[in-house]
Amino acid sequence: MAINLPGTDVVVVGLGAAGGVAVLPLTRAGLDVVGLEAGGWLSTRDFAPDELRNNKRNWPQTVQKAAREAPTVRGNANSTAGQGGHPMMNAVGGTSMHYWAQSWRLNPWDFKVVSETTRRYGASKIPAESTVEDWPLDYNELEPYYDIVERTVGISGKAGNIQGRIDNRGNIFEGPRQREYPMKALRSSPFTDLMGGSARKLGLNPFQGPAAIATEPYDGRSPCLYHGFCNKGGCHVQAKSSTAFTTVPKAMATGNLDIVTHARVTRIVVSDSGRVTGVEYLRGNEVYFQPAEAVLLASYAYENTRLLLLSKSSAFPNGLVNNNGQVGRHYLSHHQGAPVTALFPDDLKNWYGLPAQGVAVDEYADDNFDHAGVDFIGGANLWVHTDRRPMSAARMGTFNLVSRNWGSEWKKFIMENADRTNTAYIQKTTLPYEHNYLDLDPTVKDPLGLPVTRITARYGTNELKIAGFAQEKMEQWFLEAGAIRVVRSGLGSVMGASTHAYGGTRMGDNPETNVVDRWGFAYEAPNLGILGGSVMGTSGARNPTLTVQALAWRTAERLVGNWRSITS
Amino acid sequence: MADNNKNRNASGDSPVDPIRRTLLKSAGLAGAAVASVGAAGQAVVVESDAARASRPRSREALEVLTAAEAETLEAITDRIIPSDDNGPGAREARAVHYIDRSLAADNAAFRNNYASGLAALDDFSRKLRGQPFHLLSAELQDSILVTVIEGQVPGFNPSGGGFFDMVRNHTIEGTFSDPYYGGNHDFIGWDLLRYPGVRIGASESDVALGGRLAPAHQSAYDIPTFTKIIATTGRRGDGD
Repeated sequence: MAINLPGTDVVVVGLGAAGGVAVLPLTRAGLDVVGLEAGGWLSTRDFAPDELRNNKRNWPQTVQKAAREAPTVRGNANSTAGQGGHPMMNAVGGTSMHYWAQSWRLNPWDFKVVSETTRRYGASKIPAESTVEDWPLDYNELEPYYDIVERTVGISGKAGNIQGRIDNRGNIFEGPRQREYPMKALRSSPFTDLMGGSARKLGLNPFQGPAAIATEPYDGRSPCLYHGFCNKGGCHVQAKSSTAFTTVPKAMATGNLDIVTHARVTRIVVSDSGRVTGVEYLRGNEVYFQPAEAVLLASYAYENTRLLLLSKSSAFPNGLVNNNGQVGRHYLSHHQGAPVTALFPDDLKNWYGLPAQGVAVDEYADDNFDHAGVDFIGGANLWVHTDRRPMSAARMGTFNLVSRNWGSEWKKFIMENADRTNTAYIQKTTLPYEHNYLDLDPTVKDPLGLPVTRITARYGTNELKIAGFAQEKMEQWFLEAGAIRVVRSGLGSVMGASTHAYGGTRMGDNPETNVVDRWGFAYEAPNLGILGGSVMGTSGARNPTLTVQALAWRTAERLVGNWRSITS
Repeated sequence: MADNNKNRNASGDSPVDPIRRTLLKSAGLAGAAVASVGAAGQAVVVESDAARASRPRSREALEVLTAAEAETLEAITDRIIPSDDNGPGAREARAVHYIDRSLAADNAAFRNNYASGLAALDDFSRKLRGQPFHLLSAELQDSILVTVIEGQVPGFNPSGGGFFDMVRNHTIEGTFSDPYYGGNHDFIGWDLLRYPGVRIGASESDVALGGRLAPAHQSAYDIPTFTKIIATTGRRGDGD
């Protein structure tokens, strides 16, 4: 039997990038919040500049809950899914502890893919098999939440559009912002200067991308020291604006947040009438029931869907809020395959860089160019960054310049070229399709005996066409910058587990095709809010976290402002 | 081990004498030692303390591998990242020391792949050349490795190519990871790549120097920030 705990106003399941933000508006409004987190606390002392531990051994997530319930993956419904790794980690702060921290706003087009494409090119331009819909809100409606998260979490960058005034030091394609970023952009580097200069020669508008990384003393945190271990490494000086170092401590300071670490939520509990009454979780050997007036589910796309599907009841025999069969649908993960790698004749001086210190070109993203002459919609944000560590440098590709990847000839090659190569992974528009979805794996289970999430997903032709198009553009950019060899990797097919996972509990105005309403609350259980990429219906061509956080703040604020109607 | 060393030394100018070759080389590199060849053909090396500290160890404590396995493995790692005219390689970086430790830790799942693979490689060498793999010349070692990679030698799990890739991977780890883990001895791996080493931060002028920045030559765990013991401060750690 579960141990019954005293009730609380709100339970937040997961204190990562999304839940870690939502707790702040809730607790500031005076609501009592219990935050359940599957991981524990990490401190700056845990974040040594150690490539083997961070990047090879995947410390600390290899031993965590997420790793033990990693999704299985298959390309289509006729094959058997195999279990891979889980890209996320459990901790207070979640993956915001060690993510790359690129913190983009989506462009306005990403919210209105269907109507804007139809308006400009006709409805037939949208791939017929896609289930894409317009978001129920537009960019302008989310802008105030982007703004407050940028201030509260601490984002550095350079604005490209302040209330309609275009500034080409920033992204000229971004939607209008009410004001400048709270901190200047990360500094440039010899490599980003090189790439920026050559982009301008091509007539493009390069700019330094936004980052959840302090570039000046901010809110008691140190600016970035550029030590070079940001990629899957937490920050040793708290310059990375993880929720564990920003919104979570602020929420704790209100006295209204009770954090329970190492709590593994196994079920969301509902009454016979279908109202959510709380959550059940396992901690050590004990099972607890935490009653709550409202539950916010913020456990990442794969886990949000899984927890709903595992929470079967008489009111919801197919899983919680799944009486319409929409839980798990409209899944997509960012198409980040199809990288382009270049070799340069001189050292790039990237040993002390970071993934968020990069230069972007947005001309080929979204609908920023005329698609009349191409047979796809959407596009790619071209991005190169400074990030290099010794083991990965030694593993560099050799551009067919040596006969084999070992021995004296190869050793000489890596001695010369370790700091002369760069790979652009390219973020591309990905659409939702009927054939891509999440459900529970019929055979693979976690150590508790509960089925893991199964991903059934592959890229559509739209994604593959964007990939080919973007590789062409990226190759031109590298060659303009003086690259002496350029290699394009494959476009990909199966969509594996990703740090950029979307859908499964999509937000939309149509309750027949969406799980949550425009505010993030479940149509079938209005006191259940859902946070994270799982509510997003489109990917855009850039990192999702800031949008996830803006939406989380907005859902939390909605709960505060409509407490009686939502919890009655 | 002792017998093997004696055989090697007795073999004089034979090309199959990697330890002696290494000793002479490190003596020459250090420039602080005198090497001569004694009457019995034995290398007599007198080293300074500094040279002794930087040379690879000829005796190795092993946690997981057998002595013979370590010998075979070291010969493979020496062909992957050779000690050559361009400087020291995986042998001097003590990649095998790293691999041995890692097989008791994060790489434990690979223990049996090493056991079967190293035995298969050495068996093949003895059958084909009448000598253990580690005593062959570099050229013969390379040709055997190529044969293994091409899948023409039985006994590997899952395959000869897979075995070689695994060893190559772990040799890279052992040569280029933080010295804390037992390899990258004397920062040989980082110097090889002209990586100026781990540090708490890098200024714009540091970055502008690229590989010409003076190397830090420290482990991440030499930096006090990452020391786990905080008893001296009397402060409790973060935790719940």
